[in-house]
Amino acid sequence: MEHFPEAWGRPRNDIYGPYDHSYLQTTGPKAHTQSPAVTGTSVIGVKFNGGVAIASDNLASYGSLARFTDVKRLRVFGDSAIVGFGGDVSDMQHIDRLLNSIDIRENYSSDGNLLNAKNLHTYLSKVFYKRRSEFNPLWNHILVAGFDGDGKPFLSSADLLGTTFSAPHLATGFGAHLAIPILRRLFPEDTPLENISKEQAVEALRECIKVLWYRDARSLDKFSIATVTKDGIEVKEDEKVEAQSWAFAETIRGYGAQVN
Amino acid sequence: MTSIGTGYDLSNSVFSPDGRNFQVEYAVKAVENGGTAIGIRCKDGVVLAAEKIVTSKLLKPGANKKIATVDRHVGIVSAGLVPDGRHFVSRARDEASSWRGVYKGPIPTSALANRLGSYVQAYTLYSSVRPFGITAILGGWDSEAEAPVDGQVGNGPDSGAGGKIQGAKAGGPGLWMIEPSGLYWGYYGAATGKGRQAAKAELEKLNLSSGELSLVDAVKEAARIIYVAHEDSKDKEFELEMTWISSLDGPTKGKHEEVPKDLLEEAEKAAKKALEGEVEEEEGTKASATEDQQMEE
Amino acid sequence: MVGHGVTGVLGEDGIHVDMNHLKKGEVNLGTSIMAINFKDGVILGADSRTTTGAYIANRVTDKLTQVHDTIWCCRSGSAADTQAVADIVSYHLNMYGIQNNEAPTTQVAAALFQELCYENKDALSAGIIIAGYDKRHGGQVYSIPLGGSLHKQAYAIGGSGSTYIYGYCDAHWQEGMTEEEGVNFVRNALSEAIKWDGSSGGVIRMVVLTAKGAVRHLYLPDTGYTGPGVTR
Repeated sequence: MEHFPEAWGRPRNDIYGPYDHSYLQTTGPKAHTQSPAVTGTSVIGVKFNGGVAIASDNLASYGSLARFTDVKRLRVFGDSAIVGFGGDVSDMQHIDRLLNSIDIRENYSSDGNLLNAKNLHTYLSKVFYKRRSEFNPLWNHILVAGFDGDGKPFLSSADLLGTTFSAPHLATGFGAHLAIPILRRLFPEDTPLENISKEQAVEALRECIKVLWYRDARSLDKFSIATVTKDGIEVKEDEKVEAQSWAFAETIRGYGAQVN
Repeated sequence: MTSIGTGYDLSNSVFSPDGRNFQVEYAVKAVENGGTAIGIRCKDGVVLAAEKIVTSKLLKPGANKKIATVDRHVGIVSAGLVPDGRHFVSRARDEASSWRGVYKGPIPTSALANRLGSYVQAYTLYSSVRPFGITAILGGWDSEAEAPVDGQVGNGPDSGAGGKIQGAKAGGPGLWMIEPSGLYWGYYGAATGKGRQAAKAELEKLNLSSGELSLVDAVKEAARIIYVAHEDSKDKEFELEMTWISSLDGPTKGKHEEVPKDLLEEAEKAAKKALEGEVEEEEGTKASATEDQQMEE
Repeated sequence: MVGHGVTGVLGEDGIHVDMNHLKKGEVNLGTSIMAINFKDGVILGADSRTTTGAYIANRVTDKLTQVHDTIWCCRSGSAADTQAVADIVSYHLNMYGIQNNEAPTTQVAAALFQELCYENKDALSAGIIIAGYDKRHGGQVYSIPLGGSLHKQAYAIGGSGSTYIYGYCDAHWQEGMTEEEGVNFVRNALSEAIKWDGSSGGVIRMVVLTAKGAVRHLYLPDTGYTGPGVTR
């Protein structure tokens, strides 16, 4: 009689050899998500005189499939910060709920001393770093737009590793390659913020979104754009890429020597 | 409540021979000594008000709030032992946040009242704990709008949901009072603490079940009632604290917030005036009766 | 557990059981599923094929699962995983109904499904569409794809067969269809999916959810998916 219940129902040792318990091992390396599933592409942002503008398209891709075309990736926090999400949508929703619970806790007291965008960015970057250190990263690259403690326009990025970066104009994903050069040309980095108006910033972002629509195969021509100023947050979530340039295709024939 | 415990009052979880839990009754005594707290439920919102006795000139005016926010749409005010009230609020916040964790949406006021009732009741069962020395009034607004799931993306059809029954009742105000025994009921108007008798009498006159009192008028009534209830402890200085929760199209957009300073001051001024009026007209019953009728129109 | 390609090898050190291989040979719902909003509520639809590799393990599967009175879901991915998830959600929704003296909304069901799919994304292969009717919100459709994100949609399609009908659905979708138009839309879309996707097939099952409750439909391949229609 075998007196150890854990051995019952196992192949007989005398016939099959001793059971290899390593297959029931519960310790050892733990595998976690190593790839995102439903994803959003670029987020772009620019600081201007008195605030920050931020934009992203409304697409959530499933691999190369443009699966969800009404996904708003700019999430508003409180009344003076916006977080723009690139990367995994389920993790975005997770973080959105986290932000929601923080906002509720913030409002337990009515002293009006609320988290600003800078505090929020610091917090989120630490959440990202903690999760990557658990080998279970939140698969996002985000931009946080709003104001710092001195009331100056604030724009910073944080990624899935907890890396942070700050600049007068920022972009995630494809935008980092395509939009940043455009923004640098429009607003050279030594341009004082006072010289950039809200209208110029918004127009620049619209232009960048258009270029991304032309050149990013995971992008969409429907997008959201928002501004944070002292007057509050303004979000437009159903914008369309306009004034596109395609007609020149008529002049393109063949791929080299061909003439008609 | 005249009889003494004769030994049956020393421990929670011990009944007296005639079926009473004395510890709970003593907890009620603690409540009866606390500053008055009231709640008014009207069609378009809920008002919570508290009389905060100033126990020391060294305390900062306006600090140490008595009314707490539990979730965006819920507030709690209590009378009795202040630390017990704080712990109770902390539990309420945990319950509200745990509900959100599971169901990704705001907890219905009725469900929160139920959970808190069960929590308080558990403190009447064991000899190792004492009951809560508070009676809490919980006010909230359950959203009448189509509730999104927290973190939702996507909107569904542009034309709205199919087969939706138009005008189906959804959401609305909630007002609950939870006593040290764990007993809780839903109310149109609730009062607890030292001045509860006077406050209840005033609340009854408001004819709240008819649903005719507006939220702004309720704020003014609440201020007046706290002042009326304070009459018996006139020697003590107090601060009036008021919060409100309106419908989504109202002033607070479904959120629990402090009543704005100007409205609070206006209400306080009117309350003082109403009180002076009553004193001036010695047989003030007639005067206040006509006033009440005006309010009911 | 790496590098063991075959099941049940008898080695000198004893028997090896490759868990990964077991997962691979799992019964899969290589599926075509969908749910739509229409004028009076929602319609769920699904094919009936369950495969293990190329073998059809069940040709009359019911992939439309009830989790509450008027909240149903369409399951795709691993049969075992999605059944387990649906059973857990069903339990919680029943508890919700009892504890709160009020039927759960479709949102509550969607939130519960998402929590399970998101928190266990490493272990699950489940793509679920939730559709429900309640008096307050009317009909609603939610989709939870592989990573565990939650999307509210006018209509949702899912499973391997859905990739073939994105064009059809986008071109033929109309808001506020009548029940008859809705049923035809689902039937035509699914029959196309079945036609082009080897992992989808068999009969088309549907559930129509309105204020009146749930009504099942059935459409058979040998009649060109024309009937019998309403069953039960």
